[in-house]
Amino acid sequence: MSLDTVSLSGRKKEVVNNKMNFWESLYLIAIAKGLWITLGHLFTRKVTIKYPEQVRPVSPIYRGQHLLKRDEQGRENCTACGLCALSCPAEAITMKAAERKPGEEHLYREEKYAEIYEINMLRCIFCGLCEEACPKDAIYLTLSKKFVKAASDREDFIYGKDRLVMPLEMAIANTKTN
Amino acid sequence: MDQAIIIEKGIVIVAVFAITMLMAMYATLAERKIAAWLQDRIGPNRAGFGGILQPLADGLKLFSKEEFMPDTPNKFLFLVGPAISMSMALMTSAVIPWGDKLIVGGREVILQATDINAALLYVFAVLSVGVYGIMIGGWASNNKYSLMSAMRAASQMISYEVAMGLSVIALIMMSGTLSLKEIALQQQGMNWNVFYQPLGFIIFLVCSFAETNRTPFDLAECEAELIGGYHTEYSSMRMGFYLFAEYASMFISSAILAVLYFGAYNYPGMEWMAQNVGVNVANGIGIGVLFLKIFFFIFFYMWVRWTIPRFRYDQLMHLGWKILIPLAIVNIIITGVVILLFQ
Ligand code: SF4
Ligand code: SF4
Repeated sequence: MSLDTVSLSGRKKEVVNNKMNFWESLYLIAIAKGLWITLGHLFTRKVTIKYPEQVRPVSPIYRGQHLLKRDEQGRENCTACGLCALSCPAEAITMKAAERKPGEEHLYREEKYAEIYEINMLRCIFCGLCEEACPKDAIYLTLSKKFVKAASDREDFIYGKDRLVMPLEMAIANTKTN
Repeated sequence: MDQAIIIEKGIVIVAVFAITMLMAMYATLAERKIAAWLQDRIGPNRAGFGGILQPLADGLKLFSKEEFMPDTPNKFLFLVGPAISMSMALMTSAVIPWGDKLIVGGREVILQATDINAALLYVFAVLSVGVYGIMIGGWASNNKYSLMSAMRAASQMISYEVAMGLSVIALIMMSGTLSLKEIALQQQGMNWNVFYQPLGFIIFLVCSFAETNRTPFDLAECEAELIGGYHTEYSSMRMGFYLFAEYASMFISSAILAVLYFGAYNYPGMEWMAQNVGVNVANGIGIGVLFLKIFFFIFFYMWVRWTIPRFRYDQLMHLGWKILIPLAIVNIIITGVVILLFQ
């Protein structure tokens, strides 16, 4: 067997450079073939996902919007140590720490907590390094299963605690399953 | 009597005009939907139920855009271009027989704006003036891309008009009349011209793609080389007019195809219906049948557009002059011989 005829992939095709004959140059047969193919596509299942109503299932480790976790008793984990901000390559995180007052034990797990915690989603590259840095298991990108949506204003991309802290319902659901 | 005829024709004309506009409007939606379906998408579906209000939204958007006028010495021609395109696209609808007669209050209402005995010539004349809209617009835009596109449109129109005319000559030899109404009447039942003139039909079909500037012959607006073609400089509703005219003329040429080759409003069993159920019912169904045929051709135009790419300029000319015209002449000869032998 000569090397010219070997086809390792099985998809080898000889190139023909013949001139088209009269019927081929009418293109009618070729066009009819093409029409047949597109007609088939008219009846195939459509691949579009109607986004806001239908959401594409994301993988369990998909890094979406950040979530500041609550523990089993519904208290915020974060202790405002700043390690996430330090580890962030995009300088996306800022926070302001505050001391827990007596009577707030049901709100915050540690004696120090983040009074303000902001992530600038325009800067964030969703690398997940903040998640890795956190000593308190407080910040996760994989849990919220939310996308960061488009907005028309830059200010809207600075997510504060109102949008980052785990919603209470989710925390309650977690305590029930545990 | 005279007044009655004016009112009757007035109603028919307004109805035809309104229907053509409505068709052109919804053809834009149909185009986007069919394009989407052929590409496994679902198309615009946000405005109204399933996107049914999309054309209105598009129109509203076009109306609210800024009207830009390029710095051109031909301001008048610039304004006139889209208007010519639009009016020529609509004028053809005057001679198309939309149905046989209806009987309203003892009067026969002919469902045709006017039945002139040289209707076919009229159609050709108006169709060829249609390219002036493109040429004038392209010329007046003072833009090299527009001009190039206008030149292409003109040369394409001239090339394909010859083949189109020749293919219709064979049909005229067969029917012996130029009146669209009589051609429609001759095709009663399943006696459709397409069965006698298959070659002529294919040539006419290909040429009608060229005449309406649809893919694969849309060299006049090929985005890859000419930005937007002749409407590069147009904006707002003036551009809307150009786009609208394309869809209107697509509707009209679908109607002409249906009338000339696919039996117009005739369907098998029409006479039986007329005798047993009533003329109005039979002819009413006839109108529906004609529209079904028109819808099919509109769908076909779109189906082809989203299937094959555009021809190269030399391929276009080659196809027109070296293939379609000889074929059309052969078709005439064959038709002539057959007519001589069987009469
Ligand atoms: S995901 Fe990466 S970029 Fe985004 S906040 Fe965390 S560390 Fe910064
Ligand atoms: S999220 Fe974690 S790393 Fe960041 S401040 Fe809170 S506890 Fe520290």
